[in-house]
Amino acid sequence: MKKMKKVVVLGLISAMMLSAFAGCGKKDSGSGAIRIGGTGPLTGGAAVYGNAAKRGAEIAVEEINALGGMQFELRYEDDTHDAEKAVNAYNILKDWEIQISLGSVTTNPCIATAAETYSDRIFALTPSASSTDVTKGKDNMFQMCFSDPNQGSASAQYISQKQLGTKIAIIYKNDDAYSTGIFETFTDKADELGINVVSTTTFNTDSQNDFSVQLNAAKNAGADLVFLPMYYEAAALILDQAKKMNYAPKFFGVDGMDGILTLEGFDTTLAEGVMLLTPFSADASDERTKNFVAKYQEKFNETPNQFAADAYDCVYAIYEACQKGEVTSDMTAEEICDIMIAQFTTMKFDGLTGTGMTWGTNGEVTKDPKGMVIQNGVYVGLD
Amino acid sequence: MKGKLTLNKTSKNNFITMGGLLLVYVIVLILKEGGITTNLINGQLVPICAYMIMAISLNLTVGILGELSLGHAGFMSVGAFGGVFVGTLMQEVSDSKTLCLLVAVIAGGLMAALAGLLIGIPVLRLRGDYLAIVTLAFGQIIKSIVNILYVGLDADGLHVGFIEKPEILEEGKMIINGAMGATGIRKISTFTFAFIVLMLCLIVIYNLIQSRTGRAIMALRDNRIAAESVGINVTKYKLLVFAISAAMAGMAGTVFAFNYSTVTPTKFDFNTSILILVFVVLGGLGSMRGSLIAAALLTLLPELLREFSDYRMLVYAVVLILVMLGTNNAKIRNLVAEFLSDIKNMFGGKKTKKEEKTNG
Repeated sequence: MKKMKKVVVLGLISAMMLSAFAGCGKKDSGSGAIRIGGTGPLTGGAAVYGNAAKRGAEIAVEEINALGGMQFELRYEDDTHDAEKAVNAYNILKDWEIQISLGSVTTNPCIATAAETYSDRIFALTPSASSTDVTKGKDNMFQMCFSDPNQGSASAQYISQKQLGTKIAIIYKNDDAYSTGIFETFTDKADELGINVVSTTTFNTDSQNDFSVQLNAAKNAGADLVFLPMYYEAAALILDQAKKMNYAPKFFGVDGMDGILTLEGFDTTLAEGVMLLTPFSADASDERTKNFVAKYQEKFNETPNQFAADAYDCVYAIYEACQKGEVTSDMTAEEICDIMIAQFTTMKFDGLTGTGMTWGTNGEVTKDPKGMVIQNGVYVGLD
Repeated sequence: MKGKLTLNKTSKNNFITMGGLLLVYVIVLILKEGGITTNLINGQLVPICAYMIMAISLNLTVGILGELSLGHAGFMSVGAFGGVFVGTLMQEVSDSKTLCLLVAVIAGGLMAALAGLLIGIPVLRLRGDYLAIVTLAFGQIIKSIVNILYVGLDADGLHVGFIEKPEILEEGKMIINGAMGATGIRKISTFTFAFIVLMLCLIVIYNLIQSRTGRAIMALRDNRIAAESVGINVTKYKLLVFAISAAMAGMAGTVFAFNYSTVTPTKFDFNTSILILVFVVLGGLGSMRGSLIAAALLTLLPELLREFSDYRMLVYAVVLILVMLGTNNAKIRNLVAEFLSDIKNMFGGKKTKKEEKTNG
């Protein structure tokens, strides 16, 4: 019987702890601002993307709030590029009672949070999660970036149109959804266009320190262009190792390559001449980009990449849609969701990452990719 | 529990753990239904149950059998993807979510048990560090295999491919899509279901430990040569433990996978194996109650430490070290023991007063 009491005590203690947990996280609403939240990797291997997106969104929110009128409140939570953590982060935002979601920055976490926003009826617009699985079957999930299939086929088309190479080698990361997704659509399109792919090699998370095998395979096959559909950390090593073995083909990357110039300890001269497909270039001469880049540099002391620009555009797109749809901060997330879906499928948006963007009912964006080449440490338009 | 039944100390302890677990479940359920718990807590209930199952199943191998396993996440992976595969097939046949999940969990458990038997065979020849290395390799092998495994379903039936993605019809879908893992999983895991699986696993483990088989297993752990000399079949018992432990990890994997709309093979990597080993070591080798508590707290901890933002994992590590130091420090242990007995006395005191009243 004595022991039974211990059970009671144990139960009481756990009840107390739980009620303590239950208390935290709740925020009082009614500040008059529309609450926007997103998750992204703010720490860990993919932190460059998460932080860039967060900062881009912050600048946009600041600008909008300075205009007066509609006010936004932004909150980003860390998901360390992991689906499980992303759902936790999203739940924290839900406790904060977000009204509009910025989804997640990276693909796999966003697939997980998209399922949540879909069942909770919260409108979501992701800056950069590019897989079609993110939007598939969800009417309230939209993307600001190209989807993976678009990137893969656009890259193939670009290479073939501009005749950038005759023999193509591909190195991709076969345990990464993003990399494999682009690889698959690239090869499909390459077959169609008659691009000569001479070497296809892979690596994974455990083997991404040494690329001599892959590079030698490409070199021995005589490839004059190496396609690198991957994130920038691995790409940086590939560039370094290719230089060491005196192999100097053209390198062609996708939007994951973006960020390579801001990688700590990376010799930017290695990236000289690297081409990549990205919708944003920090050296563009239009007024808005200049203004954004200046603000970003002043605030964070680095050049913004495409992720920052995508997130900036996301906030502005939401702002425009909110204004047209006459959204107010006292509406529920569900009411806002319906208005936003109606707005997004009909509106035309001009942002930093493209003009005349439109969204289909499947949530994918239509905009033109821009080919960029790195010259003297900055992106320059290829066209 | 029952007045007449005299229980030995271990049984009593076991009932306390199970009763405590049940009580926590009921309280959490009431709080959840009452809308008092936050979304964060609600969202973590199923993963916590899954990690608890992982912790007690690994404790069976490490604490009871005494063999270090570094590839436990591999079994979870087999269970997760096997379960998702079967669950998706079931979806075509039946609309019932619970039935779907039940079949998936059983299938996930069986597949993982099979994997456990397979790993058990080389394991029989190895001991200590060498065994740890083999299990570590096994975890990696599972991860790599799932990475290149493609399973698609369309009107023509199943298409399975290794390395090469099989061609499937337009309206078909990929159940397991190589490195991209499984996406578009229906979220059908519920807290109650996860808890029932956890409770069943706990009962099985407790009964196993208390049985003749369990005593044989512990004899093997304590002195293999002596155990063999009295006729205990090493092969049989080791295989048994590996299979049971793997089956439970597999069920945990299925429950876990059906709580998220996506799982990737890289989720179940070496780090996850180590994380579960940390639950076991921190909770105490051989102590199921400790494992349960450690699994729950260490799953919640990183989320509760969000306030520290960038320093979160640093604080997490410091907390781990402090707990390790604390639980191994005689002074602190005594303090805790005193505190507990104080609480007991408080209750005990009231009781004697009551007795006095009735007597008077």
